[in-house]
Amino acid sequence: MSTKTPSKLEEILTAGHLAVTSECGPPRGSDPEDITKKAEMIRNHVDAINITDNQTSVTRLCSLAACVHLKMMGIEPTLQMVVRDRNRIALQSDILGAASFDIHNILCLSGDHQQFGDCPKGQNVFDIDSMQLIQTVRLMRDEGKFLGGDEIKRPPQMFVGAAANPFADPFEIRVPRLAKKIAAGVEFIQTQCIYNLDKFELWMKLACDRGLHEKVYILAGVTPFKSAGMAKYMKNRVPGMDVPDEVVKRMSGVPKEKQAEEGINICVESIQRLKEVEGVRGFHIMAIEWEEKVPEIVERSGLYPRPDIS
Amino acid sequence: MIRSITQQKPEEEIDQLLNGLGRVFMIGCGTCATLTHTGGEPEVKAMKENLSGKGKLVTGEMVLPVACDNLTAEALKEHGAQIGQSDVLLIMTCAFGVQTIARQLEKMVVPALDTLFIGKETGLGRFDEICTQCGTCILGETGGICPVTSCHKGLVNGPCGGTSNGKCEIDSEKDCAWTLIYNRLKELNRLDAMRKLQKPRNHQGEPSPGKFKLSA
Repeated sequence: MSTKTPSKLEEILTAGHLAVTSECGPPRGSDPEDITKKAEMIRNHVDAINITDNQTSVTRLCSLAACVHLKMMGIEPTLQMVVRDRNRIALQSDILGAASFDIHNILCLSGDHQQFGDCPKGQNVFDIDSMQLIQTVRLMRDEGKFLGGDEIKRPPQMFVGAAANPFADPFEIRVPRLAKKIAAGVEFIQTQCIYNLDKFELWMKLACDRGLHEKVYILAGVTPFKSAGMAKYMKNRVPGMDVPDEVVKRMSGVPKEKQAEEGINICVESIQRLKEVEGVRGFHIMAIEWEEKVPEIVERSGLYPRPDIS
Repeated sequence: MIRSITQQKPEEEIDQLLNGLGRVFMIGCGTCATLTHTGGEPEVKAMKENLSGKGKLVTGEMVLPVACDNLTAEALKEHGAQIGQSDVLLIMTCAFGVQTIARQLEKMVVPALDTLFIGKETGLGRFDEICTQCGTCILGETGGICPVTSCHKGLVNGPCGGTSNGKCEIDSEKDCAWTLIYNRLKELNRLDAMRKLQKPRNHQGEPSPGKFKLSA
């Protein structure tokens, strides 16, 4: 398969390597070091770094500016873009802005509802949805056109991604929804954090049965637990998250000072098992405010060194 | 029947809006605000007592049969003298009623209620917003359930990743619209409708503020 964009992530996946991506959350302030320090910790262990877009609806430094910081460091960014806060004019405008810095990966998302964040009284936008954002980027890239039909000078060249959550219900809808995103034009998927491996494997099998794994690169999402408390929180409080009881039990079963290590162990074991699952083409490691552990996870999972592609 | 769903403003806000205005005429509504127990006879009476207790002079009160109706002009005339003696009208109707009344009289109006949405009584004392009058109806493809209104994100291409036990990620009391749509389409053997990629919505259907004129 040949690549359609200058994206390094796309090239690595197309070459048949297991890709490794991670993410950095921008700061609640304007100090660029908050981003560059995190990125520096993981740059040699991942192929691209996602920058989240006001995740959990908490106001932060914008994803685009943070991506530019990565770009200036010579790191490949993935611009996360939610449709919660901007209408179709602003979204297309920011896509062009990113393209002007040669940002070559984009992740198209709905975005958490603003009720979760620091401005619950604010108005959401949702002028278009994540499905339509995928179509928009593809239209801009492949046909060189705006949604309004006019021509774009120097169209964006972006490898187009989206999220998938195999664990939200109804479960029966989740594979057809992946198929719909593929029909919309998505090229890579980063999944919700996987803790229920059995369920993920079932989802993946149903996707493979429909041949979807040959139409999209699926990166399995993982997040290490720092503590038993975090496991319980993710289980009970985070929407669309599936943390089986035995995982919480395993975290709670070790003394507090050993829990972080156990969290890393679980993460590494998950990656090792998921490597064997048909259709898994890489990993998206979301070490929330724990970026310093990413290199260890990547190395222990046998995913290091990263392929040298320039 | 569609209803205008209201809730009473916080007492402090009403006090602040009436600050310095000693003589108050009060108006309730016999339709929606009576149904929601926000502006019927009992609520107007309670508000009157409350205001009197705070030293306001209530020059009179009335509960209009249908505050948003054009006949409201006639009904208000019957209380012309009492209204004339007041500094302000405290109106316990939805904002349709407040604006209908404001157009008739040369008086400052103070709404005592906040208008939440146009909805339907779907159970005893329970009201749901089921249509936002978006101007570009897609009910024909969603089994008669409106995701534009019933999904907190107004998503038209299926659910987000936050559905939990059939409920919305932001409120475990609210059904996920797309779970309802999925179940309905499944019953109707029309799940294929969910595969259709809906285009970006046409907000120009009738841009807000809406205005519509029947053609001759």
